[in-house]
Amino acid sequence: MASIPAHEGFDAHHDDAHDHDHKPAFFQRWFMSTNHKDIGTLYLIFAIIAGIIGGGVSGIMRAELAHPGIQYLGWWTHFLGGNDQDFNATLHLWNVLITAHGLIMVFFMVMPALIGGFGNWFVPLMIGAPDMAFPRMNNISFWLTVSGFCSLMISAFMPGGTGMGAGTGWTVYAPLSTSGSVGPAVDFAIFSLHLAGAGSILGAINFITTIFNMRAPGMTLHKMPLFVWSMLVTAFLLLLSLPVLAAAITMLLTDRNFGTTFFNPAGGGDPILYQHLFWFFGHPEVYIMILPGFGIISQIISTFSKKPVFGYLGMAYAMVAIGAVGFIVWAHHMYTTGLDVNTKMYFTAATMVIAVPTGIKIFSWIATMWGGSLEFKSPLVWAIGFIFLFTVGGVTGVVLANGGIDDNLQDTYYVVAHFHYVLSLGAVTSLFAGFYYWFPKMSGRMHSEFLSHLHFWVFFVGVNLIFFPMHFLGVQGMPRRYPDYAPAFEFWNTIATNGYMVMAASMVIFFVNIAYSLVAGPKAVGNYWGEGATTLEWTLSSPPPFHQFETLPVIEEAHAH
Amino acid sequence: MVTATKPSSNRNIRVGIIAAGGALAMLGLGYASVPLYRIFCQATGFNGTTQRSTAAQAAAVKATMRPITIRFDGNVVNGMPWQFHPEQVTQSGLIGERKMAFFIAKNISNRTITGRAVYNVTPEQTGAYFHKIQCFCFNDQTLKPGEEVRMPVLYYVDPDILTDPNAKDVSEITLSYTFLEAADSTQSTPKNK
Repeated sequence: MASIPAHEGFDAHHDDAHDHDHKPAFFQRWFMSTNHKDIGTLYLIFAIIAGIIGGGVSGIMRAELAHPGIQYLGWWTHFLGGNDQDFNATLHLWNVLITAHGLIMVFFMVMPALIGGFGNWFVPLMIGAPDMAFPRMNNISFWLTVSGFCSLMISAFMPGGTGMGAGTGWTVYAPLSTSGSVGPAVDFAIFSLHLAGAGSILGAINFITTIFNMRAPGMTLHKMPLFVWSMLVTAFLLLLSLPVLAAAITMLLTDRNFGTTFFNPAGGGDPILYQHLFWFFGHPEVYIMILPGFGIISQIISTFSKKPVFGYLGMAYAMVAIGAVGFIVWAHHMYTTGLDVNTKMYFTAATMVIAVPTGIKIFSWIATMWGGSLEFKSPLVWAIGFIFLFTVGGVTGVVLANGGIDDNLQDTYYVVAHFHYVLSLGAVTSLFAGFYYWFPKMSGRMHSEFLSHLHFWVFFVGVNLIFFPMHFLGVQGMPRRYPDYAPAFEFWNTIATNGYMVMAASMVIFFVNIAYSLVAGPKAVGNYWGEGATTLEWTLSSPPPFHQFETLPVIEEAHAH
Repeated sequence: MVTATKPSSNRNIRVGIIAAGGALAMLGLGYASVPLYRIFCQATGFNGTTQRSTAAQAAAVKATMRPITIRFDGNVVNGMPWQFHPEQVTQSGLIGERKMAFFIAKNISNRTITGRAVYNVTPEQTGAYFHKIQCFCFNDQTLKPGEEVRMPVLYYVDPDILTDPNAKDVSEITLSYTFLEAADSTQSTPKNK
């Protein structure tokens, strides 16, 4: 079905008489790029930079939380140009830090890396397409994301009411974000979400069109690699959820600046409505962050087990199910806003239903490895680490899904532990797994397997030391979003801060590994993982030519996924 | 790169436009949710939203023998220069019986202020059965400097509450009002932000 137009698209491309590997000059290539691989690289570099900043912010927070009392916030307030004589401004900095950490990690690290980075790089390669459907729009998406990040950075140096910066939390709840935060900081933060959201929506349109229209001849939807499936579902989630966030934050903006009262009871509005709108976006958003990771893990497990993924169709439709059900469970983030018992019962049950398709995926990965000819190369080690860590986060998710239990645990460190196990440990572990899986393909040079393994083990110990004790702190009742705590909580907080330092050391190993491979890494062959790697990107050289698939690959009937 | 006359490009543009339409529809739904949410709350009594009936509807309701206590609560948002409290703390009556309660509001500032009352009842599942026939909260209230008013609420509890398994054992309902300075209060200085 897709074969004939795809051929024509390619012919049209060839009319431009580009020679095989002609690359534009530096500025044109990297700043006006329309090449999916170059844009993917830009996204990955951007995500790494944002990740360093977002991770640095969490370093400040962990240092502050190592012991009770306020130790470092005053210094940082002064350093960032705030009024460190005003203790409230110092405490406000804490709110700014949690806000910045959340927004940076969600919108400018995980999403650009998984969707913009790996998605742009490998969706066209895996479906045998020459490029994305709308290459120039792809460029716009990237630079919108960068401008969004700049807007968020600017907001940190704008007055935000109590002190400098937007201290609303990543959820930007009204009325704290409206009447509670005077000054342009929150406007800049909201505008940052607008820009990043617009970039992601354009990116989602691009992915949907590419995947529907530009698959190589013979590649039916049911033969697409699971990573492409995961990107398709993710693109739909982005397309349907981000506009709702855009509507909600636009209402916030007009409430703040133009006298509307969408969320202000004094004019007939309702602040709870903002929470409904936010979480209608926010819950699909957490699947947006994890589904591409599911796709990456599926490719890796299959490659290093040297057999196709167990239950391919079940795996694909489990992701579709997770995406669909993800839209009807949002109020489990709002159990304490005064929902009645029946509503809570529904949202509890609907939330727990998601554990079923997720379980299908976990068990199918294990079944793929079972009896496989396992080769413990670094991507597989990271992938197995992902399965373990994500399952821990999933289990605490089922606990929190209970409306009754959540009344007790909401806004405690138990929740922080839960969502960091699925995101910071789940999504980020899948990022590193994908990075070691595909880095030689992207750069043309092999990384050090030893350093990759070492990175994994140090990272694994570090993140577990940070986040596992938070379960205990949460059950003991330590509330989140505070820079200070009762001395009784000190023991586990100190351990978590030590864990942060272990995790930070693992990042040093990561960067040493990148530097090593770029400077001295051996040249990578086309298919450096061998017989288990069966998707189309492995038929190309490493790195692939600037324009690939001059002759479209044809997928035969018996082709494995 | 690809010229727009090629069929594949047209196919891409078609899918792209359909997808963009989906995104726009969701943007519209985001805005449509503002009135939809209000209608939903009014129709279902969600979040303790009370019901509104006419005197004729109320006249058709027959009082039962089940007693119920209504507790009253009145307050103002931080910084609003009004005193506002119920005249009676509780009122006992029968389910289905029409009762009248009074609230007293006084403007203690030296400017004219328009107030708007937001309200709900707890337990929240009784919102669908708590009917107001007449209430000062139906309209904005404007008080001159120093003016004090006594404002009535005419209400009844719908006997259907006795058939709802989630609400039939409720013996006391709290009716709460909070006065806010109306966003379009003409006499007020720039808004609360």
